[in-house]
Amino acid sequence: MVGIVLVSHSEKIAQGIRDLSMQMASPETKILAAGGLPGGEIGTDFQRILDAIQEADQGDGVVVLVDLGSAIMSTEVALDFLDEELKNRVVLADAPIVEGAISCSVAASIGGNLEEVKAAAEESRGASKF
Amino acid sequence: MNAEQVIQVLQAMNQVIDREAQYLTDLDAAIGDGDHGINMKRGFAAVSLKLEAESTEDCGAVLKTVAMTLISTVGGASGPLYGTAFLKAAQAANGKTELTKEDALALLTAAIEGVQFRGKAERGEKTMLDLLIPVKEAYADALAQGLTLEETKQTILTVMDESIAFTKTIRATKGRASYLGDRSIGHQDPGATSSYFLIKTVMDSVG
Repeated sequence: MVGIVLVSHSEKIAQGIRDLSMQMASPETKILAAGGLPGGEIGTDFQRILDAIQEADQGDGVVVLVDLGSAIMSTEVALDFLDEELKNRVVLADAPIVEGAISCSVAASIGGNLEEVKAAAEESRGASKF
Repeated sequence: MNAEQVIQVLQAMNQVIDREAQYLTDLDAAIGDGDHGINMKRGFAAVSLKLEAESTEDCGAVLKTVAMTLISTVGGASGPLYGTAFLKAAQAANGKTELTKEDALALLTAAIEGVQFRGKAERGEKTMLDLLIPVKEAYADALAQGLTLEETKQTILTVMDESIAFTKTIRATKGRASYLGDRSIGHQDPGATSSYFLIKTVMDSVG
């Protein structure tokens, strides 16, 4: 099953979106929150992201969703530290983190492959709220 | 400049960033998320501690330690950006026990490439590149013209002052400040300002 990592500047945002996504996903879906800095401060921590990606991967790859600016750069730095084999099956989704997380959690729990799970997240980009 | 002197410059950087942290944070609070000074201070304090235990003669190894520490501890965008800058500089200095003035240009060039690669930014977007690129060009010219150390420092200081002033006149299109659009005009860029302090510290340490 494809794993999902949620990268936010805020530990609470990442954890909250994880809680929200787990309501929709099957219990064995690997959704990891990588938010904030150690000590609860606002920021993104490449080590947390790196650890989360490694834990989320079950062999089928990982989709990473990010909130803002440095979340992207910290994730890219984390990717640089992964071994080549794992790095090749980790993708960043260009999607809003809340809607994207819900969409791709569902796609992952019904057995979607890496492409499909990423696409599910990115399809939520243009979705209207009402 | 040998590895021990490189470490001294980095320790001086920590002191300067520590002293200017509030100023950097205030600049960032005006157009960003108000954490630049705090983040830089945390990063360079960690660098300072790490370097106290460093006993290598390889300038590249020193710079790599700095890069890894900044990436791990800064927390904001400046972590991956300065971290990658130092990492690229470290690669350019790899295995060197002595850095010449020509090496300094190669290191700065590599560092700028690192920032551009990581931040996908160009000059003119109200970022640290608006300070670093003009400094690199001025330094390259100074070397080519064979200016003395004092003349080189004066030239670069003038360019840095102009560059910092220029960041006030432009609109941010990268980073958190880009959310402000035209309202970012009139404010000095915090990233260019921290780069100013780092370059100034290097200049104050030579000669």
